[in-house]
Amino acid sequence: MPCGLFFSSYEKDDAIFQTTWLKAWMALLFVILLTFPLYADQANALLGLNLTNMLNLIFIYIVGAHGLNLLTGYTGQISLGHGAFMGVGAYTAGILANHGWPFYLALPAAGLMAAAVGMVFGLPSLRLRGLYLAIATMAAQFILDYAMRNWESLTGGSAGLIVPSAGLQSLGLDFTFDSDRSFYYLALLFAVLATLYLKNLTRTRTGRAFVAVRDRYLAAEVIGVNLFKYRIMSFGISSFMVGIAGGLWAFYITIISDEHFTMWLSVQYLAMIIVGGLGHVLGGIFGAIFFVLLPELLRIPAEALTDVYPNIFGIFASLREMVFGLIVILFLIFEPDGLAARWHTVRAYWKLWPFSY
Amino acid sequence: MAAQSGPGFRNSPSQTAQEPAQLILEDIHLRFGGLNALSGVSFGVKKGSIQAIIGPNGAGKTCILNCICRFYQPYRGSITFEGQDISHIPTHRVAELGIARSFQNIELFRGMTVMDNIKLGHHVHMHGGFISGGIYLGKAKREETRVRKEIEERIIDLLEIEAIRKKVVGTLPYGLQKRVELARALAMKPKILLLDEPMAGMNLEETEDMARFILDVNDEWGVTIVLIEHDMGVVMDISDDVVVLDFGTKIAQGSPAEVSRNPQVVEAYLGSEAAAHSKLGL
Repeated sequence: MPCGLFFSSYEKDDAIFQTTWLKAWMALLFVILLTFPLYADQANALLGLNLTNMLNLIFIYIVGAHGLNLLTGYTGQISLGHGAFMGVGAYTAGILANHGWPFYLALPAAGLMAAAVGMVFGLPSLRLRGLYLAIATMAAQFILDYAMRNWESLTGGSAGLIVPSAGLQSLGLDFTFDSDRSFYYLALLFAVLATLYLKNLTRTRTGRAFVAVRDRYLAAEVIGVNLFKYRIMSFGISSFMVGIAGGLWAFYITIISDEHFTMWLSVQYLAMIIVGGLGHVLGGIFGAIFFVLLPELLRIPAEALTDVYPNIFGIFASLREMVFGLIVILFLIFEPDGLAARWHTVRAYWKLWPFSY
Repeated sequence: MAAQSGPGFRNSPSQTAQEPAQLILEDIHLRFGGLNALSGVSFGVKKGSIQAIIGPNGAGKTCILNCICRFYQPYRGSITFEGQDISHIPTHRVAELGIARSFQNIELFRGMTVMDNIKLGHHVHMHGGFISGGIYLGKAKREETRVRKEIEERIIDLLEIEAIRKKVVGTLPYGLQKRVELARALAMKPKILLLDEPMAGMNLEETEDMARFILDVNDEWGVTIVLIEHDMGVVMDISDDVVVLDFGTKIAQGSPAEVSRNPQVVEAYLGSEAAAHSKLGL
């Protein structure tokens, strides 16, 4: 039995999944994810939840959370405008789809539009850091929010914008991603692509420069990292990803209104990556899972107690925000590195089990 | 300018006209509000030499490095590197010219591994962008592997840090962090290396190791070294030429032996003669 990991080439040492066991577990996870729709109905009936819908939301939020994690976790620049940038992506995709663009063109366009807007609002990051940048990006949130609500000729205002489902008709295929089950594969694909992209980016030159800008920007400058370029680039890539998430959201929900893309969503995104783990690729995944599961988990005790206290459901519903805030505070105190760090600790423990010392 | 006419004054730009120095500082004036940090400092650094800068605390030694790295903008004077005036280029461009530095207070990226820190030093010599890097097939992968091999076989081997190369920098002891910072500077493939107190806070063994690495780099790679150091034993042993600063002016320049005999240096820098002799190890 080997007493450690040994590699005979730099390529093997730099691989993401280094051991046969890890590869096997990942393959198993993928088989489960790919075959999930086949037994989704039974699972949903068993648990009393709509798991397909939850997974779709998780996948969409993973794309967005990865985007914000790149900006905040890796480059160290806080943004309170990502809810609005997601909205920019959603409206771009929605409006283009209404003009007859197929989804596979509308989605990248949504990303690019969000990236352009994000880079413009990221310009203050050259001078501002920390709290001041947070306020500057919050301004972006309010400006864009206002535009989405009041530019009625473009966005449909508070009445909302109806978006056709994503379909492959323009490719000659009669297929539409109009159900939870069919959309599942589309969302899964984007979540996987976003995860791979983030992982690869952060282990190559650009990603290292982002972390350098975060940790010590003076030293970063001395080693030749152009601070301005990388700060803006980080805003661009991050907004691109959250814009894609917005586009997916538009094609999934098929009716978008400004109500979804408020400050609350920006804060939720931040909370997601804090709870999941800032600066970890797993952080966005865990965070997205956590925040889609949380309301469902809060519903279970509420429903169980409805017979005894008929009013409790309403109370629990309003408690949601409080519980949300409480959880973020508890994470900041007890596990500031998030679920991803906890996951690494657990894995390290089992690696040495039962001889943990 | 009276300070420049001290007996140790040598190697000034005008006197080395026949063989121009690699790095020339001419009449540097730097001011913070009402405080004159540097007033009229000039000296040249010969290619391939080890140039020490010494002086009491607050003499302006680090200010000189910060001027060369373009953190500070002198209000008068010019800095020329290999014939090119660098007094107005942006900070991040200095690295591309082949000027690397280490810091007095370690400026490593603490959350990253030793390997990633050193790879970051290679930043200006790599070309991968955010698209090829994100896809990590072909070009980016080949480049990463090539750089990894180069760093492993040239720098990590030279500095004897194989065992810690996958450790997170923040968890390492101080002496090793200093060594990693040197490694990162070397990964920049510098022509000139500015070291700000590389031996500060080290024990005797670590100091000797560091001195050996500096000599190796200077000797084998032909890298010019500019060294700020308080450990007089090291300065006297390894440097070819010493500049002495006091209150922002140069009070002497010359070989270690000349400088240590200079009465002005002894007076200004080391206080009484008896203390000076013990400090200079004479």
